[in-house]
This record gives sequence, C-alpha cells and structure tokens, in this order.
Amino acid sequence: MIITIEYYLILSAFMFLVGVTGVLINRNAIVVFMSIELMLNSANLTLVTFSSFLGNSIGQLFVFFVMTVAAAEAAVGLAIIIAIFRNKLTVNIDEINILKW
Amino acid sequence: MFNNYQEFWNLLPMIIIGAGIIISLIIEMYSKKSEVILPWFSILLFLAAGLHALFYIGDISIVLQNMLATGGNVNIFHAIFTLGAAVVTLLSIDYLKKYGIYFREYYIILQTSVLGMMLMAAAKDILVIFLGLELMSISFYILAGMNRKRLNANEASLKYFLLGAFATGFIVYGIALIYGAAHTTSIDFITSDFNLLSGNLLFVAGVLLFLIGFSFKIAAFPFHMWVPDVYEGAPTSVAALFSTGGKAAAFSAIIATLFALFNNGGQGNFFTPFLAVISVLSMFYGSIVAIAQDNIKRMLAYSSISHAGYLIIGLAAGNYDAVAGVIFYLAAYTFMNLGAFGMVALIEGKDETNLSINSYSGLGSKKPLLAALLALLMFSLAGIPPFAGFFGKYYIFIAAIKANLTWLAILGVISSAISVYFYIRIVVLMYFKTSDTEIGFEESNNYMLAIILSVLIVVLMGVFPGSFIDLVTKFI
Repeated sequence: MIITIEYYLILSAFMFLVGVTGVLINRNAIVVFMSIELMLNSANLTLVTFSSFLGNSIGQLFVFFVMTVAAAEAAVGLAIIIAIFRNKLTVNIDEINILKW
Repeated sequence: MFNNYQEFWNLLPMIIIGAGIIISLIIEMYSKKSEVILPWFSILLFLAAGLHALFYIGDISIVLQNMLATGGNVNIFHAIFTLGAAVVTLLSIDYLKKYGIYFREYYIILQTSVLGMMLMAAAKDILVIFLGLELMSISFYILAGMNRKRLNANEASLKYFLLGAFATGFIVYGIALIYGAAHTTSIDFITSDFNLLSGNLLFVAGVLLFLIGFSFKIAAFPFHMWVPDVYEGAPTSVAALFSTGGKAAAFSAIIATLFALFNNGGQGNFFTPFLAVISVLSMFYGSIVAIAQDNIKRMLAYSSISHAGYLIIGLAAGNYDAVAGVIFYLAAYTFMNLGAFGMVALIEGKDETNLSINSYSGLGSKKPLLAALLALLMFSLAGIPPFAGFFGKYYIFIAAIKANLTWLAILGVISSAISVYFYIRIVVLMYFKTSDTEIGFEESNNYMLAIILSVLIVVLMGVFPGSFIDLVTKFI
C-alpha cells in the first residue's frame, strides 16, 4: 500500500480536532494545556508532511521554531499554573472564577 | 550577517531594544540601585528607538535575506510601539510602588514584549511573524501575572495564557496549511500569487484559521471573552500595554500578511464577508455590553472590543485608503487608551479600590486639571471632533464607502453613537454629580507626565490629521 499525502493530512487534521475538543471539554488546566500541545504537534506534523512531499526544507525549519516556542510556552504556563495552585489549591478551571469568565 | 553598514543602521531600532534587554539583565544582576535605574534606562531605550525610527522613516529596505523590512510604515509602527511603551513604563514606576510589586524583571519583560511587537511589524516572512507574536504573547502572560500574590492577577494570567496558547494553535495550523498551498512562507511570494491561491481550498482554510487565531490577539468577537477578565485582573499599567501595543502589533501583522487583499483596487475579495461579520459583531457586542459595566477597567475592555470592530472595517474595505485609516486609528487609539488607562492607574487606590465608575463623580470640582484631561480623552474615544479618535473613524468609514461597503460604514456610525453613551457618562459624573465620599489618591509627576504626553499626541493628531495621513499614504 502506498501512503499518500492525504493520509498524513487527515491524521494531522484529526489530531488538531482532538486537541480543540480537549481544550473545550476538559476542566483541568493541565489537561487543557496538554490538549493545546497536541494542537501544536498536529501543526508540526502538517508542516513536516508538506515539507517532505513538496521537497523543500522551509517546513522542517519551521517545526524547530514551533517546538522551541512550545517549550518556552510550557515553562511559563506551568509556572502560572503553580502560582495559582499555591494561592487557591486547585487547578480546576470552573473553580477559578473570581473574575466573571 | 549584515551585508553592509546601511542594513545595520536601518535595523537599529530593533537592535537598540535587543541590546538593551541584555544590558538591562546585567544592570539587574550587578547594580544595587537597579530598581531606580531600570525604568529610566528602558524609557531611554524606547525613546532612542522610537526617535530613530521616526527620523529615518525614508530608509526603505528589505534586510536579512528577505526576512525583515525597514522604513516607511514599519517605522511608524515601531514609533507607536516604542513611544507607547515609554508611556507605559512611566506609568508603571509609581503604580508598581503602590501595589508593592518590586520585581525588577518587570521592565525587562516589558522590553522583550516590545521587541516582539517590532518583529511582527517588520516581518517579511510568516516565520518572523510567528516568532514575534510568541515573544510578545509569552511576555504578556508573565506581565499579567506579575503580582503573583494576588489571586485576581493569577487568574487573569491563567486565562490569558490558556486562551492565548489555544489561539496560537490555530495560527500555527493555519500557517502550516498556507505553507502547504503556497510552497513558501515568504510574504512577498504569497502576495504575488494571491489571486491564484485564492481558489485553493487549503489556502483559504489556512488564512481563515490564521485570522481566527489573530482575532484573539486583536480582541475581536469570536475570541473576545478573555478581554474584560484579563484587563480587570492584570495590573492597570500592563492592561494599558495589552490594549494598545498588543492590538497594534497584531494589526500590523495582519496588514503585512494580507496586503494582497488591499492590492486589487478595492474590488472586495473572498475574505470581505468574513471580516465584515467579525467587525459588526465586535462593534455591537463591545458597545452594548460596555453600557452595563460598573468597573471602569471592564468598561475600557469592552470599548477595546468595539474599537477592534471599527479597525476590522478597514481590513474589510480592502483599499489603500483603508490601510492609511487603520494605521492612523491605531496610532490615535494607542495614545488615547494609554491616557485613559493612565488616569485609571492614577485614581485607583491600593487593593483595587476606586475602580467603580462612581468614584469619578465630583472629580470636576476637586481636581479640575485631571477631570479636563480625562474628559478630553473620553471625547476622543467616543469619536467626537476635533480629536484624533474622530478622524480615525472618519478615514476608515470613508474608505469603506469607497469600497462599496456603505452598509458597514452606517453600522459603524450607529455603533459609535451607542458608545457615546458610556463615554459621556463618565464626563457627566465628573462634572454634574457630587459625591460625599472622598477618594484618596496621590498625584505624582510621573503619572501626570505620561497622561499629558498622551493627551498632547491625541490633540496634535486631531489638529493636524492631514499631515499624518499624507505621511502614511506616501509609504503604502
């Protein structure tokens, strides 16, 4: 069986949708954050796929930048989650509601 | 790295800020008085970068392997960001003291966020837009939660972070699809093939995802719900930066990316209906909900949503007049909002008191100067002539009419008529109502300087709108 570009694109679109759904239905801040990482990784898969099938390297280059940014975002995000956990002893989004959401 | 001395010279505004970040880190590490030195050092950096950008506005070039543009409107945006950030820094000095936030990193992270904005405005490649956007956003997440002992600030920071990262996911996926359709991330190539690409489903989906992600950054309708919470919870000086610099930077990136939209002689295009819907929803949602607000920071947040709506009319109109109008409006909006937030930061008491609209009643007799300045800013935000806000709206609506979007311009006028109510309400409270309770706040030279500077720019832009528009139009 020949694996064409559509398989990769459908897989990455599915991953993206799983990520979006995860952000919308999960209530735990850390799980929401994991779903966001899944969205970023689906974009990475798309970039690598196109890069490979188009035969140019821009997409692969982009992936490195996306991964670096995701790492920076994770560092800041987890620090924010820890800061709120120290004050409130919960990371459930529904209970974080002093400001009207 | 640099082909010649000229490239280095043209990039100097960004290099000043970039080098300034490193020097600030060293000052922070070794100097015992860095708390006093750092704010003034960053103001100096911002002024140097902004004035350089303004003086060498004619040096148009594309540098660093087609990655960055300099000169022209890029420099106008750089001047808006840096001068705006200088005003924010000036506001922060006493505001941070009031709240007892003694983190010197604040000023350094402010500088990194400004560097991110400048990269976005100068980008000639989607990669640079992405990196600038993330540099700005990640700095903003930290700034929002700077006051880490307060639950409000934590919460604002968490909300901003989760929704911001969610929007980033959309933007990156959109960029991936655009790359797949266009085979490149260079904006010039995408612009020249735009009409060909518009028929490509992959490209259209990519641009729509990109716009959805960016509507978070500009606080437009589908992703607006974070705005009031974050503005209320974050320190007021930081909220001033979010609502001005952040919004202007995101608009500069959209203008750069979708410049091809403006290239077809204002015939309208595939994305016009989408942009028109976003703009109508943002304008009306912002203006109507703002009426119900009691907290002045939340009111300004909803007004920021409706201003995003007016600006998107310019994008939907899609002609060169609209680009000039959007840039004018962004400059005007930046300084009138900075003035308004500066006033809120000044009057706000410790522990987030004096934020209700009613605390402004009777200000006209107690502090005539402050009340007059605030009234002027409110008139300008409401779009009453002869202030800058009026001319911004005027240029955008005229551009919309030229692009056969008269209905959109009429809806814009109706929405700004609604918004007059909640701006003027503050003026009425200040002058025609007296209050028994004394609101205590300390005036200081730093606040007054920042507010008077912003008011001065708003008035100057209102008195001489033509020369600014000519300048912008020359470089489109």
